[in-house]
Amino acid sequence: MLTDGSRRLVMDIHVNGEIRNVIVRAADTLLHILREQLGLTGAKPGCENGDCGACTVLVNGWPIKSCIMLAVEAVGHEITTIEGLKDTPIQKAFLKKWAFQCGYCTPGFIMNCYALAKIHPDADDTMIQEWLGSNICRCTGYEEINEAIKSVLASNPHLGAKLL
Amino acid sequence: MSHLDIIGENVPRKEALEKVTGAAKYTNDDIRPGLLHVKMTTSTYAHANIVSIDTSKAWKVPGVRAIVTGKQFPFLTGTPLEDRPPIAIDKVRYYGEPVAVVVADYEFQAKKAAELIKVAYEPLPVVNSVSEAIKRTAPLIHENLGRYKRVEEVYPEDNTNIANRTKIRKGDMQKGWMKSEVIVTANVSFPQSDHAAMETRCARAEILPDGRAIIHSASQSPFVIKKVISRYFQIHPGKVIVHTPLVGGAFGGKVSIQLEFIAFLASYAVGGRMVKIVNTREEDFITSPVHIGLDARVKLGCTKSGELIAAEIIYLFDGGAYSDRAAIISRAAAADCTGPYNIENVWCDSLCIYTNHPYATAFRGFGHSELTFAIERAMDLLANKLNMDPLELRLKNAIAPGNTSPTQVPLNVSNIGDLSKCLEKLRGLMNWNEGQRIKIGNNKVKAKGIGCFWKNSNTPTNAGSGAVLTFNPDGSISLSCGVVEIGQGTKTALAQIVAETMKMDINQIHVRMEVNTETNPEHWKTAASRSLFMAGRAVLAAAEDAINQLREVASIVLRCAPEELAVGRGRVFLKSEPNIGISIQEIAYGYTYPNGNSIGGQVIGRGSYILKHLTKLNPETGAGNPGPEWTVGVQAVEVEFDIKNYTYRIIKAASVIDAGKVINMKAAYGQIMGGMCLGLSFASREAFSFSSTGVIQNTQLRTYKIMRLGENPKYIIDFVETPNIEGPYGLRGLGEMGVIGIPAALANSLSLASEVELNQLPLTPELIWKTKKGDQSDLV
Amino acid sequence: MISFDFEYYKPTSIIEAVNLFQYLHQKGKKPIYYAGGTEIITRARRNDLSMKAVIDIKAIPECTVFQFQDNKLIIGAVITLTHLSEVNVFPLLSRTSSGAADHTARNKITLGGNISGRIIYREAVLPFLLSNSQVVIAGPKGIKYASIHQVFKKTLQVEAGEFLVQVITDKNYINLPYVVARKTKIQKVEYPLATIAAIKRKEQIRTAFSGVCSFPFRSLEMEKELNDRSVPLRVRIDRAISHLPGPLLSNVEGTAEYRKFVLGNTLEDILEILEGERGC
Repeated sequence: MLTDGSRRLVMDIHVNGEIRNVIVRAADTLLHILREQLGLTGAKPGCENGDCGACTVLVNGWPIKSCIMLAVEAVGHEITTIEGLKDTPIQKAFLKKWAFQCGYCTPGFIMNCYALAKIHPDADDTMIQEWLGSNICRCTGYEEINEAIKSVLASNPHLGAKLL
Repeated sequence: MSHLDIIGENVPRKEALEKVTGAAKYTNDDIRPGLLHVKMTTSTYAHANIVSIDTSKAWKVPGVRAIVTGKQFPFLTGTPLEDRPPIAIDKVRYYGEPVAVVVADYEFQAKKAAELIKVAYEPLPVVNSVSEAIKRTAPLIHENLGRYKRVEEVYPEDNTNIANRTKIRKGDMQKGWMKSEVIVTANVSFPQSDHAAMETRCARAEILPDGRAIIHSASQSPFVIKKVISRYFQIHPGKVIVHTPLVGGAFGGKVSIQLEFIAFLASYAVGGRMVKIVNTREEDFITSPVHIGLDARVKLGCTKSGELIAAEIIYLFDGGAYSDRAAIISRAAAADCTGPYNIENVWCDSLCIYTNHPYATAFRGFGHSELTFAIERAMDLLANKLNMDPLELRLKNAIAPGNTSPTQVPLNVSNIGDLSKCLEKLRGLMNWNEGQRIKIGNNKVKAKGIGCFWKNSNTPTNAGSGAVLTFNPDGSISLSCGVVEIGQGTKTALAQIVAETMKMDINQIHVRMEVNTETNPEHWKTAASRSLFMAGRAVLAAAEDAINQLREVASIVLRCAPEELAVGRGRVFLKSEPNIGISIQEIAYGYTYPNGNSIGGQVIGRGSYILKHLTKLNPETGAGNPGPEWTVGVQAVEVEFDIKNYTYRIIKAASVIDAGKVINMKAAYGQIMGGMCLGLSFASREAFSFSSTGVIQNTQLRTYKIMRLGENPKYIIDFVETPNIEGPYGLRGLGEMGVIGIPAALANSLSLASEVELNQLPLTPELIWKTKKGDQSDLV
Repeated sequence: MISFDFEYYKPTSIIEAVNLFQYLHQKGKKPIYYAGGTEIITRARRNDLSMKAVIDIKAIPECTVFQFQDNKLIIGAVITLTHLSEVNVFPLLSRTSSGAADHTARNKITLGGNISGRIIYREAVLPFLLSNSQVVIAGPKGIKYASIHQVFKKTLQVEAGEFLVQVITDKNYINLPYVVARKTKIQKVEYPLATIAAIKRKEQIRTAFSGVCSFPFRSLEMEKELNDRSVPLRVRIDRAISHLPGPLLSNVEGTAEYRKFVLGNTLEDILEILEGERGC
């Protein structure tokens, strides 16, 4: 693939099970294109520096901060955003455990939790902290989020199925 | 769930499902083609004259539609004191201050152009701390301070860097010191830090052909935006329409009006087209207002038995380059300057100081976690000197009915609550009596510290709120009010108040999350832990109004007097014969007789509320009534401290708070827990790092530390409920309370653990190491 | 938001990448190689970079290798730090590289990117300095193999047009007793005050450091002092610290003086563990 910097690149990306056609600058981040062109505003800009996790989406099932990934890098990969999750156990757990207040960091946290539960259904406290330490929540005491992911892990029947 | 016990129940947030599905929309989520983008050029100096601004290269960037500089709109903004140009005019007063603004078709174009604006500066001496700022020889940050317009109560001192001074003079200091047998002095300080809400500040503006200004803003103060846009741009208030959707965290930082002015000026510069400005994280940290810093000195005197007699207190707040809400914070800290203790003789000077730092605004707690840190450190020093249990010392002096506040307000059970009860409860919850410093081997000790707090609000004396209940055809109710949903869940709690009053199913109460100043009744600001208090009262009044209307119509249909009727479970019925009645559905839009005749009309309940009997503080003595009630409480922290490495883990944190009445238990827990986490993060690691020239070194979330999951302690939360007569169902303000005593409690626990007095924040292991080293070298 | 434009290329072979670089370089495009890209994107946003073209090396097969071959572990430059930890064939490397940034970021940060980056910490290089690993570098002159010590001097010393393809480590090193200690100002996710990776081989302890000076390093002089068991531990440590290859770092994470305190205590812990055979 090649783009002339002065022109825009037309490309297809796979998002939430659909093939979407977008026009990008090579310098555009995936976050920017998801929000501005596809209207998928669930992924939030919080720092655009890879520090806060609010823009976390899944790329082939793995959590990625979409502010530190170019949109052109997404070609050929499966992208999942919060809009692609429906009635998942982790979303229900967030509701049940009051694991959010303002809701701004929530999509990023949920995407990370969702991937963790899929990839490491047997995750222990250390691994939960390692994974979820990638996201910042400014409203809760974190305990609510911790309880939400733990309730999902505890009820997860599919142990050991790794995507790697 | 029975409607009869909806108060106190864990009703899920009304906006919960939107928030876990990504459907929740915040200000920056409204993606619109054709919208123009605004980017700022900001100051690279903390204090400098602007010599020239060269925009020639910026203009050459394709897509640039306008470039705005401060000289084009030379007016000053700010409440209580008008001291701040929205875009710097002749000089810059802090690193990161807006100097020019670019409007372009695309964001990257605006950014590129903003980067190409060349500003020539003539550096001025930098005032880099409050101690430098109050020296007589200090450079003046505002040369024309005496001439600035005062919009609210504020006392700047001309030819100084003092933006406000509040004085408290209660009792007789001379007598107080004479009676004092034990005296301690604590000097404490901490630098500015930040709110760091996850959603950075954002605003859109558009000016329609008929002159209407439409503003969308991530704000805690949409109705203030309406007022100030109207005032500064001379637009009829009815023609300024402000929209605030869900807000992604605020913590006081979104009380100020800043980007809204810039967005309006940018829109004006492009003929009124819609423009959007979104802070980068870096801008949100330093260009927009920050959390205040403080240098304080507290001198306490007591009898040998530990009865407090006198307090002499100096608070020097680092308000930064512009006074904004910092001036009011300094007043609020004065009003509650002693902490929740009964002291007969009080002298306090609380100052808001100008420095060449970013300007400060409200931060959750509004000066109280700050003053509490100072007071509670002094209390622990006193307990130590008296060789008294710190909890006992606090219990002995706990504020109580019959005492007076520093501003000489007589206290009663309703306005002050029950601090002693909170302390007793905490004693058990923290297993206080097992001892406060316990060696656990392996170079580790466990230590506990506490901090008591109180907080009243310092709103304008006429702050108020309104509510409208509009009935739907099915008899359900849509609640309209001006409270912003910033994550605190007030609107869900308001729905509970409606459900309880109307004795209705909570699912029949619909709440609009977005605020629109054109259609919602005004709510002062979503701040000061006053939203549920004030809007709750407005909602109660609106519900009563609706009940009266329903009974009026029903009385005609049921052929009785309205007074004979009651409302509940979706019906209006005879009190004496509950089987005789009519469903609300049948009369919500008026009643239609079988022959077609109709009476009544849509039921629309309305209510409003205004705070009563508040007064301004006397400028010489501070006497006056600053707010309707105090929330009191006590918090404690337990740490596990490594005596070799000076590192620590926060094991437990506890809060016992007199909430008056808890409306939604889960929401209340969440507010307190979140507040505690914020307080622990602030106290343990958050601070701006300033270079010798006032340049901030940590403007990103990778260098500005925030506590993350796993570092949080186990939380213990409990409430005492001493009703406040004025509050709906007896409630007291709660939103800010989780933060207030935490920094002090952490400092007290670590001081005990490390056996050195820690009077600064943030409490990093390096600070403890340094203090310890200083302490040892003092002994040599 | 990156305000300047650049071209994006994704070659599928080393030769194509190298040729592209030459071509773009001649056209004045100041090309750079791009792996995970996290550092490039964040620096470009701050205008700390001004390339007009990036060459993404993630589709080059040699860069994606991660396998044992003839008693050697070969790791391609675009293997992510998370992948290293998940597979965990080289525990010392897994542990050391899991200090960088945070877990989600490490799903994108690559081994090559971390080692070649400008960020002063570059923690992933420490295990290779300890293991005397070999690096494979591609460039206009072809493929070259070199000892990491020849090429990594404070930063990865590559010439214009060259890029890191693989790192090769002798299998003998990957199961040695080791300790990794990562000390920060206050929390896990932040830059280190000191990251120390240490191994014990033939009763000799080797140490490599990040965050202590403004570059990662291994110092033979320091190791000599640390291994001089004829003197007490604390003396060995103080002597070792006196041989630091540069001034102690002083920044928002911590002052130089405090770093020295942390470094001393941490070395003490590490030596006690490794000399007590408790290395894991």
